[in-house]
Amino acid sequence: MTREEPDQHHPPPRSEGRGRFWTEERPQRGTSEDATREDAASRRPEPRERSERNQTRHALATIGRATFLAVVLGFFSLPLLWLASAPFDAHPSITTSVPEFTLANFRSLLDNPYALSSLGNSVIQAGGSAALVVVLAALAAYALSRVRVPGRDALLYLLLLLSSVVTGTAAMVPLFELATRLNLIDTHLGVVLTLSGGLLPAAIFILKDFMDGTPASYEESARVFGASPLQILRHIVIPLVRPGLATIAVWAVANVWGSFLQPFILLRDPGKSPGAVILYTLYTEGGAPRLDLISTFSLLYSLPVVVMYVFVSRRYGFRFHGGIKR
Amino acid sequence: MSPADPAGLGRARAAGFVLPALVLIGVFLVFPALWTIYLGLTDYRLTGLAAADPQVVGLGNYTSALEDERFRNSLWLTVQYVLGSAVVGQAVLGFALAWVLRNRPGPVKRVVEGLVLLAWILPSSVVAFLWIALLDRDAGTLNALLHTPGFAWLLDHPMPSIIVFNVWRGTAFSMMLYGAALENVPPSHLETARLAGASTFQQLRDVVLPRIKGHVLTNLLLISLWTFNDFTSFQITAGGPEGRSEILPVYIYNVALSGGQLGFGAAISFLVLLVNLVFAFVYLRLLRGRREAVSP
Repeated sequence: MTREEPDQHHPPPRSEGRGRFWTEERPQRGTSEDATREDAASRRPEPRERSERNQTRHALATIGRATFLAVVLGFFSLPLLWLASAPFDAHPSITTSVPEFTLANFRSLLDNPYALSSLGNSVIQAGGSAALVVVLAALAAYALSRVRVPGRDALLYLLLLLSSVVTGTAAMVPLFELATRLNLIDTHLGVVLTLSGGLLPAAIFILKDFMDGTPASYEESARVFGASPLQILRHIVIPLVRPGLATIAVWAVANVWGSFLQPFILLRDPGKSPGAVILYTLYTEGGAPRLDLISTFSLLYSLPVVVMYVFVSRRYGFRFHGGIKR
Repeated sequence: MSPADPAGLGRARAAGFVLPALVLIGVFLVFPALWTIYLGLTDYRLTGLAAADPQVVGLGNYTSALEDERFRNSLWLTVQYVLGSAVVGQAVLGFALAWVLRNRPGPVKRVVEGLVLLAWILPSSVVAFLWIALLDRDAGTLNALLHTPGFAWLLDHPMPSIIVFNVWRGTAFSMMLYGAALENVPPSHLETARLAGASTFQQLRDVVLPRIKGHVLTNLLLISLWTFNDFTSFQITAGGPEGRSEILPVYIYNVALSGGQLGFGAAISFLVLLVNLVFAFVYLRLLRGRREAVSP
């Protein structure tokens, strides 16, 4: 639009008075009013000259934008390229077909005693946390949504505040101590409970929003026909808020799947460690890092998160909620 | 049938529904936070005499932290890290991307957004190694591209390295948030400003900024909070070399869990907690204010 002759829309030459009137009519103009008025008043170039300058300006803007985007593309893709190329660069001298490469690298995954089992551990910990978070959060959110308790909103805000304040970083010492005293070191349960405690407040908060949005009249009629509260929850409320439950489950799985700090401090046995920790030990262990192993393992370990993200964003139009990320 | 309780839960059963979640939150979120305060007042250690019989040392940990060169260095590095990578890096790059990509559907937008998002959703262990590989001294992609073989980015410039890394890692959130915010700016206002000859900078300052002020504040608070607590750089530099990239989270880990000074580490943790509290409190006040403004 900029390259169109602007004066077409305002055929008469703008006097200073008109300009002032025009700008004052629009409250959003803000303080640029002064700058533009000065500009318009001091030097009003001929239409032709102006359109040429606009064209130059437009061309420069396009070039600038393209350069910026190219640089950004390079910046963001450069580190990622390795993840796409390394599995095939592992044996640069062998120039045979791609499938042989992947087979060879896959074998190195099988040979490593911890690689594949760590993904199993990730599944256990992520699945366990997601199940716990969804069940407990659904129960709590339902009760908080349907029964008016004094101070309910304050409690929810307080919990949400706590969950963003008490991060793994801020609580690593007491969490480690707590797990030690409860004999939860080196157990999946320790990781699941620790991570679930941090995820629950936000999960309750989001699910309560979902439950508030479902009409209570179904529940009332079910109650008239003699359904118990748990039956109502199971057969009426849960089907209604299923997208919310799915969102929470995927969000919890993605969070736990990527978590490094908590399993890192709570687990010492590599046989129990999830993919995040095993991958870290793969490249910090002494000796030359096994690049074939690291690259294939990284790819395999990343895939579920990417797939989940794509799935949820396609299916539910998932926008990350304000404070909800990790 | 009271309208306040359509499912007939009743107070007692409702409490039973809420209780399990509250117990878990209480034990694994609230209690650790309170316990940090107590542990921070003791000389508790992982091993040795002070492990068996920890003594209360009052504010001793805090005074010795203030005298500790390593702690002050870590604090300063943390300020650089938060300001450099979040407030300046992520917020500015995120806004620039949202601005350039606004109202511009097409493959370019999808590819750029996809890559930026990918950097954000990949697990931290993976991206940490991707950056180690990128910056590797001998075979790193960056040295190959720049024809600077043997340049040790992570050893000679650890702080700039992890700052740039964190910009790469976290820009997606700012980009998405600003992208949503810019949808609130009516195109007609931008158009009129442009027709009146306002430069891009003037448009941003006078038309866009007043409308997205709330988003800017929200964004800055959240990304600062996250960056302040971010542990991913541990997986790249582990705070080294010689503590030159030892931001507070890494410092706490190194001192408390690696070095065994649990009491001292808890004291530093408590300071982190307090800073987090300030961030979160301001954020919640903002959220509440906005809700009230929308539905008075």
